[in-house]
Amino acid sequence: MLFKTSRSLMKKIRLQVICAGYSLVSTGLLLLSLILSGCTDIWNNPYPAADSGKNILYNVFAERPKHLDPVQSYSSNEIQLTSQIYQPPLQYHFLKRPLTLIPQTASRMPTVSYFDSNDTRLPANSADTRIAYSVYEISIRPGIFYQPHPAFARDEKDNLRYHELTVQDIQPIHKISDFEHTGTRELVADDYIYQIKRLAHPGLHSPIFGLMADYITGLREYANTLRDQARTRPGNSFLDLRDFPLTGVERVDDYTYRIRIKGKYPQFIYWLTMAFFAPIPWEADHFFSQPGMAEKNFSLDWYPVGTGPYMLAENNPNRIMVLERNPNFQGEYYPDEGMPEDIQKGLLRDAGKPLPFIDKIVYSRERESIPYWNKFLQGYYDASIIGSDSFDQAVQITGQGEATITDEMEAQGIRLGTAVAPSTYYMGFNMLDPVVGGRTEAEKAAARKLRQAISIAVNYEEYLSIFANERGIAAQGPIPPGIEGYHEGKEGMNPIVYEWHNGEIRRKSIKQAQALLAEAGYPDGISRKTGKPLVLYYDVTARSADDRSILDWMRMQFRKLNIQLVVRSTDYNRFQDKIRKGNAQIFEWGWNADYPDPENFLFLLYGPQRKVGNSGENAANYDNAEYNHLFEQMKDMEHGPQRVRIIDRMITILREDAPWLWGYHPKEFALYHAWYQNVKPNRMAYNTLKYYRIDPALRDQKRNEWNKPVLWPIGAGTALLVIILLPAWVAYRRKQQQQSITEQAT
Amino acid sequence: MLNYIIRRILYALPILIGVNLITFALFFVVNTPDDMARMHLGTKHVTEEAIWKWKEEHGYNKPLLYNEAAHGFEKFTDTIFFEKSVSMFAFDFGRADDGRDIAYEIQSRMWPSLAIALPVFLLGLLTYITFALVMIFFRATYVDFWGVILCVMLMSISSLFYIIGGQFLISKLWHLVPISGYGNGLDIGRFLLLPVIIGVVSSAGANTRWYRTLFLEEINKEYVRTARAKGLAESVVLFRHVLKNAMIPILTGTVVVIPLLFLGGLITESFFGIPGLGSYTIDAIQSQDFSVVRAMVFLGSLLYIAGLVLTDISYTLADPRVRLE
Repeated sequence: MLFKTSRSLMKKIRLQVICAGYSLVSTGLLLLSLILSGCTDIWNNPYPAADSGKNILYNVFAERPKHLDPVQSYSSNEIQLTSQIYQPPLQYHFLKRPLTLIPQTASRMPTVSYFDSNDTRLPANSADTRIAYSVYEISIRPGIFYQPHPAFARDEKDNLRYHELTVQDIQPIHKISDFEHTGTRELVADDYIYQIKRLAHPGLHSPIFGLMADYITGLREYANTLRDQARTRPGNSFLDLRDFPLTGVERVDDYTYRIRIKGKYPQFIYWLTMAFFAPIPWEADHFFSQPGMAEKNFSLDWYPVGTGPYMLAENNPNRIMVLERNPNFQGEYYPDEGMPEDIQKGLLRDAGKPLPFIDKIVYSRERESIPYWNKFLQGYYDASIIGSDSFDQAVQITGQGEATITDEMEAQGIRLGTAVAPSTYYMGFNMLDPVVGGRTEAEKAAARKLRQAISIAVNYEEYLSIFANERGIAAQGPIPPGIEGYHEGKEGMNPIVYEWHNGEIRRKSIKQAQALLAEAGYPDGISRKTGKPLVLYYDVTARSADDRSILDWMRMQFRKLNIQLVVRSTDYNRFQDKIRKGNAQIFEWGWNADYPDPENFLFLLYGPQRKVGNSGENAANYDNAEYNHLFEQMKDMEHGPQRVRIIDRMITILREDAPWLWGYHPKEFALYHAWYQNVKPNRMAYNTLKYYRIDPALRDQKRNEWNKPVLWPIGAGTALLVIILLPAWVAYRRKQQQQSITEQAT
Repeated sequence: MLNYIIRRILYALPILIGVNLITFALFFVVNTPDDMARMHLGTKHVTEEAIWKWKEEHGYNKPLLYNEAAHGFEKFTDTIFFEKSVSMFAFDFGRADDGRDIAYEIQSRMWPSLAIALPVFLLGLLTYITFALVMIFFRATYVDFWGVILCVMLMSISSLFYIIGGQFLISKLWHLVPISGYGNGLDIGRFLLLPVIIGVVSSAGANTRWYRTLFLEEINKEYVRTARAKGLAESVVLFRHVLKNAMIPILTGTVVVIPLLFLGGLITESFFGIPGLGSYTIDAIQSQDFSVVRAMVFLGSLLYIAGLVLTDISYTLADPRVRLE
């Protein structure tokens, strides 16, 4: 009996052992088949099958947006969302180049009037010195309505339904769509005024408050008033800005308002294209300030309320952001004029059609470039930027140096779009440094020669070729292409660094650089005064191991002049601290334009903008009296030949003084699938999604072609496991039989 | 046992205070409140006034550890350290520097982390122990020999390679599952399949060898010889006796990590686009968000301590001779 029990137990155990090896495999295969059986023909589609064939644009975001409140959002990853939701009064023309401002919600371009200190109106051509302030009058189109939102919902008695909520009322609400009722209302001038006041709100941190407080009359004082008011109230309670007038803004009527600017500031009009000057309805502000809202992350920073073509339907910045068509949006049409080449490119096929074309935009979070790139190739993203890893796969450079798409990409119908960004990356010299800046006049003259010599030696064409796959153009000055003051060809050449040779720009020889170095007092890199080799210090932010080659290359460039370059790598905080205190000698930095005006680049070298002492944006601490004077003249001038002449003179001064190695202007390469249409790169405007068009049928067809599941690996894997485990099973059986024989024998 | 648990919880308090202090010191050695303000306000048009306002708004306008200007006990309480730390012990994590509620984020992000970590943990445990026992069962045969070689090969490969290789093969070439992403409801299954398989396979080498070593040590003990002498089959010896007796070291290595499963994996979540707590921590470090970093370190320490207590308790369940006093 005991023997029988032991045998049956052994059988059970054997069964366990047999099953153990296969259990995970079978579980995995079962799980796989169960999961995949629920899918459609394509198994690797990351989107719900129900979305196939829909008019949806699939996009990517890498970094989670911090702020969606238009008074705070400033980073490109934030603006790409807020620009579709909020409507400032102006925008850039989608097709025209150079970039041209046109009305968005404004009924016409703003009118500007000038006044002297006695409030007397001045003619438009008055001298800048007489202008005490400027008044921008902006009229908006009637009939623009906000997106549906509970903040506007009204009850039967026409009272705002959700404006007296308690914490208990909010308790069961988890997202804004959980509110049963929504409403809307017409956009009025007061909403724009309300937002301008919010720039000074004590609880918000508008990045442009400091700048605007210097221009908008009374804004700084207004911030003090609001701060005093906020201190007398319990935390987070609603501060109704309508109760506090701001002298710098004035309501003329329901659809017209004025902004009063100190002095003359022609660039102010560009700020009117940015979400900082978009409308905010007081109802939304009040709605989100109710008790219990903040605890559930219900705020304007999380749930924008706008009049734009899209509204934020899902906000999960950890994973996905979804924009859906605003049903109340109307009155905007695709442009019917553009550049001559736009007709050829088919960019005017939709002229005059109502916007937007796409119903929904899905932004998925991709932190890593590899999945992003692969999903683009599978047709799950409609466009992709090209990283260094995938550059060779996507782009080939012709003998003439022209970038074209590879055959592999072309076969997939992918097309390439390139655009030079309105940005500049430069290497700056700290002009307060005795070696590269100089203190006495003689030292300054010698340091200038030294900087010029280095400018020739550091070959940015080579840098772009080796490290950037030619994605950029070597800069001739601070102004990038497409901005007033930039010239092509010989006219735009920097004669300090380059020479004109056979109809082409050519970098000067290293001998010329060595001659300049000798004139600077360092023949062959040895100080004439001390007899010691010249050692310079290059401050950079902490680099990854991958960037070591760039730093080695940079050392090599200086070595051409026998200059020893010591790289001082530090974290970004310490680096900024060094720049602020003027402790760096040579450093690298960059600037992305806020607006397409040369002032936005040239002010980076304006003396009063010095970092040291003035906390400005002039990191090189460059200060040239003539340049400063010309800048002051230029910044308030209207566009035109006279202004360009002044800019040319300023650029000449800069090239001669060489406070920066002009570096390069990055060129962006992007790929678009065949079904993605109406794309024209524009780095200044982000509200362009309304112009884009998708062909979902073509996309579905291609996805099906490209993503057919390959099933043989599952069968092969199973067979391989069987092959591996079968001998083990046989061995196990043999072992058990031997044991059994032994037992029987005993 | 209750006394023991209470004592361990009380011991945890000074540890948590110490961890908090070290985190605070390390963070503020690298980042000053001014740096944090600049990071959040951006690099353009940032004025001293804006920095001051941001610090005041976020409570970073006070001295770090000691307030000379204050009186009495406030010299210690009216400081950044005190104000930012005390609330955490009441599990009030406060708000991130971008204004969002940290507790809300943790609650919503721990589930995706758990959705990966738990299957990897359970499937992994089952796989590694099974394979280790199979290797022991066939010890000194070619199964054992090639098994060990396979384990060494598996543990020689970087986990990043498994991820990239897995994505390339299974998702890109064979189109069997999505490369990355996350879904809702049951749809998450097809997004989790690949990271779970990779999670299990990437640790298979080291863990299987570890369990094999444990079992090898047990297999030569006297009780095993006795069991065999009694005529028990090898499979019974292994699965019933050896496994049970090796439970203490197994529990030591496994139970302690159970609470930490909530915290997620940094690289896996990043590559597979899983919106878990691992990527939340990385984001916070990159954006110098001290509030989140401190909350996550605190939570990590707390869960680790909880894991150690659970391990001790699990000993009593695995081995009746163990008493917690």
